[in-house]
Amino acid sequence: MDPVLEAKGISKRFPGVLALDGVSLALHPGEVHALVGENGAGKSTLIKVFTGVYAPDGGELSFQGRPAAFGTPLEAQRAGISTIYQEVNLVPMMSVARNLLLGREPRGRLGVIDAAVMNGEAERILAGYGVETDVRRPLRTLGVGAQQMVALARAVSVDARVVIMDEPTSSLEPREVATLFEVIRRLRAAGIAVMYVSHRLDELYQVCDRVTVLRDGRVAHTGPLAGLERLTLISLMLGRELDEVRSRGLTSFTRRRAGAGTPEPGTERAPEPRMERAAEPGTERVAEPGMERVNGQAPVVEARGLTRRHVLRGVDVTVRPGEVVGLGGLLGAGRTETAKAIVGALPLDGGRVLVAGLPLRGGSTAAAIRAGVSLLPEDRKAEGIVPTLSVRENIALAALPALARAGVVSEARIDRVVEIFMRRLRIKAASPHQLVSELSGGNQQKVLLARWLAVRPKALLLDEPTRGIDVGAKAEVQALIDELAAEGLGVLLISSDLEELVEGADRILVLRDGAVAGELSGDEVTEEKIMATIAEQPPEQEQPPERGRPGEPSRQGARPQVGERSHE
Amino acid sequence: MNREQAGRLLQQHGAVMVLALLVLAGSLAFDSFATPENAASVVVSSSFLAIIAIGMTFVIIGGGIDLSVGSLFVLGGVLAAYGSRHGPLAALALPLAVCGTVGLLQGLVIARTGMAPFIVTLAGLLGVRGLMLAISDEGATTYLVEDRAFAALGQGELLGLSYPVYVTAGLALAAMVLLQRTGFGQNVYAVGGNEQAAALMGVPVARTKVLVYVLSALLAGLAGALNAARLSSGVTILGIGLELDAIAAVVIGGTLLTGGAGGVTGTVAGVLLLGVIQSLINQVGSLTSAFQQVVSGAFLALVVVAQRLLSKAQRLDTGGPP
Repeated sequence: MDPVLEAKGISKRFPGVLALDGVSLALHPGEVHALVGENGAGKSTLIKVFTGVYAPDGGELSFQGRPAAFGTPLEAQRAGISTIYQEVNLVPMMSVARNLLLGREPRGRLGVIDAAVMNGEAERILAGYGVETDVRRPLRTLGVGAQQMVALARAVSVDARVVIMDEPTSSLEPREVATLFEVIRRLRAAGIAVMYVSHRLDELYQVCDRVTVLRDGRVAHTGPLAGLERLTLISLMLGRELDEVRSRGLTSFTRRRAGAGTPEPGTERAPEPRMERAAEPGTERVAEPGMERVNGQAPVVEARGLTRRHVLRGVDVTVRPGEVVGLGGLLGAGRTETAKAIVGALPLDGGRVLVAGLPLRGGSTAAAIRAGVSLLPEDRKAEGIVPTLSVRENIALAALPALARAGVVSEARIDRVVEIFMRRLRIKAASPHQLVSELSGGNQQKVLLARWLAVRPKALLLDEPTRGIDVGAKAEVQALIDELAAEGLGVLLISSDLEELVEGADRILVLRDGAVAGELSGDEVTEEKIMATIAEQPPEQEQPPERGRPGEPSRQGARPQVGERSHE
Repeated sequence: MNREQAGRLLQQHGAVMVLALLVLAGSLAFDSFATPENAASVVVSSSFLAIIAIGMTFVIIGGGIDLSVGSLFVLGGVLAAYGSRHGPLAALALPLAVCGTVGLLQGLVIARTGMAPFIVTLAGLLGVRGLMLAISDEGATTYLVEDRAFAALGQGELLGLSYPVYVTAGLALAAMVLLQRTGFGQNVYAVGGNEQAAALMGVPVARTKVLVYVLSALLAGLAGALNAARLSSGVTILGIGLELDAIAAVVIGGTLLTGGAGGVTGTVAGVLLLGVIQSLINQVGSLTSAFQQVVSGAFLALVVVAQRLLSKAQRLDTGGPP
C-alpha cells in the first residue's frame, strides 16, 4: 500500500543547528508508527514539519501521493493530519463541548449555533472515549487525563487520515491509557495512520507496529517493532553500545535499598566531579562515605495529618536524611497535593509540617525554602522555569537571597554557582546566557534541579522529575537523585512510572483517594505490590470497567469514568 | 449546587445580582428613585456607554484592550455632525467609515506585528484625538446637526424612551447572539482563552483579532454619532476618558480582563450599575457627583478582588492537575 504521508530527505536548519538532516519516513494507512529518539533528536521538528508549523529547508513531503506543503497547522489539519500535543492544547475556560466542536459547531436556524445539539453531540462523542462529564463545564475543571481525551476526541473526529500523537499518555492514568489504546486500535482498523511519539517503551510495544528511531536529526533505524529487542531499541536511541546500556540497566538508579547504607561506588558512569560545594561558603554538606543514611536519623521532613477537603485526608509523610521516599498512586490520589502541602503551596484544613524538628509556618513557600524544603513542580512550564530568563538567571533565582550580602548580589558568586551546577548536572546549553526556553525538556528540568540545589535544601520534593524528558536525560536525572540522597539529602519522589518508583525509592507510600493506603519498604518495594496496594478495596462505584471491543463504543454503565473529580 | 458552580454563577451573573439589589435598596430608600422618569434617565444616559462597552467586551474577551474608543466616540460625533450637512446617510456613514478604518488599522497592527494592544490603541487614542482636533480647529468649530431626520435618531422617543435606548438594546441582543452562537464568537473566546491552542485548533487568530477591533471602533463611532444626534452638535469635549468607563463596566460585568471569559449581559449590567450608582448619589443631596467616581472606583476594585478570589477558589477546588 502506498504511504499516506511520506517524508523524503527532509532537512531543517535552525541558527547553528541542523535539526533534521535528510530524514525519510513513510507512514502507511492503518499502521501505528512509533517515532522515538532522545530530546534534540529531531522528533518535535519532524512533527512540526508534518503539521505545517515549520517549512522544511530541503527534501519533499508528500501526502496521499501528492507533493504537499502545509503553510500552517490549519492547512495540515484541513488536509487530514491531526495532532495531539504533549501539553493539552485546548482553551481552558471554554466549555468541554465548545472545545470539542470549535470550528464545526452544529448550526440551527439562521446559521446560529444550536447549543443543545452541540452538547448532545459532544456527550455522544466523548462517551466513546470513556469521558463522562457535564460537557457544559469549563474544560479546566476536568482532570488532565480527561482534558487529553477531549483533545484526542477532537483530533480524531475531524476526518483525519493521519493522527500524530506527541506523548499522549504523559498525564494519563493506566485506565485512561487502556482507553487510548482502544481508540488507537479503532483508528488502525479504520485505515488511519497513527504516528505515536512516546518515551514509554512499554506502550510502544503494546500498540505500535513499526518504529523509526531518530538520532541527531537522522534516521537511525526504521522497521517493524515486533522482534526488536528493547535494549537494542534503547541503544539505537542513545547511540551507545549495547553492552554499555546493559551494564547501566534500564533506569539509572544504582543505589541499594534502605538499610544498604553506603552508595554503591564506581558505577559504570564516567566519574563526574562530585559537587564542588565546599568552594561555596555554606554549601559544605559533604557526603560522608559509609554514612548510615537512613536508619536512626531524625526526620528532615515530618508531615502529620495533612488534610484538605476533597483532596487530602490525613496524610502522614516522613522523610529522613539520605532517604528516597516514593509517593505512589493513581492520578488524582493526592500525590502532587501532598508535596504542595508540605511546602505550603496548598492551603490546608488541617495538619502540620515539621522540618528538621521545627514547625513550618503554613501557607508560605518562602518559609519552606528557608527551612530547607523545596519542590520541583510537575508542570515545569507553568510552575517552574521562567522562559524569558537565561539559564544562569533561572538557576540563581531561588538562591539570590543566599548569595546576597546586605541585599546586594555578587555577580561573581552567581557565576561560580551557576558554573558548578551546569557542570555537575551536565546541563547542555550554548552558554549560561542562553534562554532557558531554548533548551530541551530534559535540560530545562536540570536547570530547575540546579535552582533548588543551589539553595542547599535539606529535602527536595520531586514531582514527576522525569516526565516528558528523553531517555538519556531521564537516566541522568535518576542518577542524580541517587547521588543527592547519598550525600544526605532527603528526597520525596513522585512518579507515575512504577519502574522508576521501585528502583529509585527506599520506601514507598501508596496514596489512594487522598489518604495513605499503604507503606512499602524493603522487599515489598515491587511494582506488583504497589499495584496490589492501589487495588485493595477499590473505592465504591469504581468497578473495573468492562471494555467494549475495539471499534465499539463502550456502553452506558460499562464506561470507565474518566474526568470527573470528586467534588462532594 | 457545589462551590464550583456557585462560583461560576457569581462570576457570570454577579453584576446582575448586585444591580438588582441596588435598585431594590434605592427604591426602598428614596421615593424619587423608582420613578419612570428616573429609570428612563438612567437608561438613556447609560445607552451610549453601553454601546461602547459592548464592543469593548469583544476586545477584552479576545484577550485585548481598546483605549481608543473614547477618542473614537468624540471623533464619531464630530464627523456625524459634519456629515449631517449632506443628509442622514452621510451623517451615519462618515463616522462609521472613518472609525471602522481606524479600528481596522489598529487590528491589523496588533494581529500582524504582535504589538501590545495597550500601546497600539494608546497610539490610536492620541492620534484620533489629534484628528478630531484638526477637524474641529482645535475644538473652536462645533458642527451642528442640521439634518432633522438624523437628529430625530437621537432625540425621537418611543414609549418614553429615546431611540438610542432601542438601538442599544438591539445591539446588545445581536452581540449576545454573535458572541454565544456564531463561529466568530467562539473564535473570540478561544483566542482570548489560549491563543496558541486556538491557532492549532484552526481558529483564524489574526482575522478574529482584527475583527474585534473593527467592531469595537465601529460601535464607538456609532455611539458618538447617536450622541451627536441627541445633542444636535458634534461636541468635542465630552467623551474624554470614556474608554476607562467602558473597561470598568466590562470588568464589573464579570468579563475577565485576562480574556477568554465573560459576556454581554454582564457588561450591560455593569453599565447600568454605574448609572444606578450615579443616580443614587444624586438622590443623596449632600453628595456631589464627584463622589460617583469614588464609589464607582471602589466598586471596580471590589469586583476585581472578588474575581480574583473566585477564580482562586475555583482553581483550588478542582485541585489542579495532580
